[in-house]
Amino acid sequence: MITMAKALNTALQDALDGDERVLVFGEDVGALGGVFRITDGLAAKFGDDRCFDTPLAESGIVGFAVGMAMGGFRPVVEMQFDAFAYPAFEQIASHVAKMRNRTRGRVELPLVIRIPYAGGIGGVEHHCDSSEAYYAHTPGLKVVTPATVEDAYSLLLEAIDDPDPVVFLEPKKLYWSKSDIERLDRTEPFGRAAVRRPGADATVVAYGPGVPVALEAAGAAAAEGWDLEVIDLRTIVPFDDATVAASVRRTGRCVVVAEAAGFAGVGAEIAARVQERCFHSLLAPVLRVTGFDIPYPPPMLEQHHLPDVDRILDALDRLQRDDRPDTRYLNIGGAA
Amino acid sequence: MTGRTEALLPSAEPVRFLTDSGAAARKRTNYAVPDTELLRRAYRAMVVGRRFDAQATALTKQGRLAVYPSSHGQEACQVGSALVLDDGDWLFPTYRESVALVTRGIDPVEVLSLLRGDSHCGYDPQRHHTAPQCTPLATQAVHAAGLAYAERRKGTGRVALVCVGDGATSEGDFHEALNFAAVFKAPLVILVQNNQYAISVPLERQTAAPSLAHKGIGYGVRSERVDGNDPVAVLAVLSAAVEHARAGNGPFLVEAHTYRLEPHTNADDASRYRTDAEAEEWRHRDPIARLESYLRRRGHLTDADITTFTAEADKLAEDLRTRMNADPHLAPLGLFDHVYGTPTPQLDEQRALLSAELRTEGTPS
Repeated sequence: MITMAKALNTALQDALDGDERVLVFGEDVGALGGVFRITDGLAAKFGDDRCFDTPLAESGIVGFAVGMAMGGFRPVVEMQFDAFAYPAFEQIASHVAKMRNRTRGRVELPLVIRIPYAGGIGGVEHHCDSSEAYYAHTPGLKVVTPATVEDAYSLLLEAIDDPDPVVFLEPKKLYWSKSDIERLDRTEPFGRAAVRRPGADATVVAYGPGVPVALEAAGAAAAEGWDLEVIDLRTIVPFDDATVAASVRRTGRCVVVAEAAGFAGVGAEIAARVQERCFHSLLAPVLRVTGFDIPYPPPMLEQHHLPDVDRILDALDRLQRDDRPDTRYLNIGGAA
Repeated sequence: MTGRTEALLPSAEPVRFLTDSGAAARKRTNYAVPDTELLRRAYRAMVVGRRFDAQATALTKQGRLAVYPSSHGQEACQVGSALVLDDGDWLFPTYRESVALVTRGIDPVEVLSLLRGDSHCGYDPQRHHTAPQCTPLATQAVHAAGLAYAERRKGTGRVALVCVGDGATSEGDFHEALNFAAVFKAPLVILVQNNQYAISVPLERQTAAPSLAHKGIGYGVRSERVDGNDPVAVLAVLSAAVEHARAGNGPFLVEAHTYRLEPHTNADDASRYRTDAEAEEWRHRDPIARLESYLRRRGHLTDADITTFTAEADKLAEDLRTRMNADPHLAPLGLFDHVYGTPTPQLDEQRALLSAELRTEGTPS
């Protein structure tokens, strides 16, 4: 049995082993091995010039990585938590994302920014943000989020190999998820979504922490006679329009699952793209099941916020299978 | 105070070798006088740089540049930051470092691409070991720290020099850069050109510190302050700073006191926040006049030299004028290049969309 945490750790080990330009640095990644132990043992095995702690300053960490990448290294930096990465946002948006473009390809930044993200682990505030939309909305960044142990290993290695900067979002609640595979290997490249469960009646599109929830919902829906296809995006950027559109054209129905607040989120982007590409195949509106448009709740209330099986099943009920119109939005603007 | 603390602190007064009129200053410093050849190169580069700056300002008035931030009056720092570096060293400039970039040998038209608006960075940073001109303040200082550390790791003996202004010392990245460079002993020189104003905001609104150079001590960074309009002092201190960094002693912070005689950019109105009398006072500390007087008195600069340098400056300005008066080649479909190493399918679709629009309009793609 291999956990996602172990798969990520193994990917870092293999990358450090395979290329001396690869460096791992950030807060508490050295002796401690990171607060989630993803870098466990790396400093001991590869030396503290390959895996090292930095001053506690996220903008500095990312900016320093930019300079080191310009100097020929391939930095893999860790932001301790999603919300702690915000001080680095200027570096990410103004430099990491743009350097290749503003120098007309003369300066590449092959660096990876690892960010444990999203909720569901009982974390107190500022530890549970789903920040993917900020990065996905910034051209020049690749945005990756694994949902399986196999992909965690493969996608992280690919991120480190990639000539572009990658924001690598690790779903915290899946760190301890397990797979019974015997050895880790490369899976599919960036830009290819995976069909995690084939089905005929409706397509559920999810990524990262939403994928296991979608699969569980598909299991429950089968009992109600729905045969759901579940797609795991794997990489938000680049986005696999082809796989998503092909599935929805076949099933005619689509539900998008995302843990982040729904408004102006990645879920909204997916829904829009599906409608643009599949309008004539759609038998019902594309629905989203997302977190509410609220700051991430205190841990004792987070279960009310997170998309769960019931909410996905409720959405299926609104997919007009019996040709009954969806009445939820009859009062436009919400006036009673 | 411990000896170590004292060793880090800047001098009690800014280091100067020259009086305002260019005579030798009486107070002695511990810094070596730069060699005559370097001083002559600096003089020549300042003459050329000032002519370039005037030409760029004129081109802006003619609508050839979208905006131009002049460094008129700051030539000693501009030229000094370029001349103290070897070709393999890295310079991290801001948008005001045009004259430094010209001094570094970058084609003046390529230097002005950003400000003309045809490209975000007209030159090849790898070829010139010069980062793109940086607009978000102090953000490039952490890059410089990282790059300097990379050079140290590789054992190349190369250093990085980053330019920032007085306003940028209030930004978090300035402090993070000092801290990272110090902790990792990165061979980095941080040059603060304190030109007294961050657009309109005077220095006393940026800091209550005794000087900007004093900000180094909190990070364990060796610091110095210098008369930024004294080219001899600027070259002496920056050379020492580069040597300090190259020798493996970690970063070195230099605050240079100077003044931008022009507004922040052509779009700014300096009369709203400072007096003509103040600017006039700084005109009497003109770096070119001071170095000219110094070199002439020692017989290191002749009328013939000045004629040669002025002719060279005029030639550069004429060439710049001619080339900038030609419309730049624009390739709209190139907008989709270099967003990623390999374009995404979505970018390919968008490129096709723009391509069709251009065909309809009859615009070259």
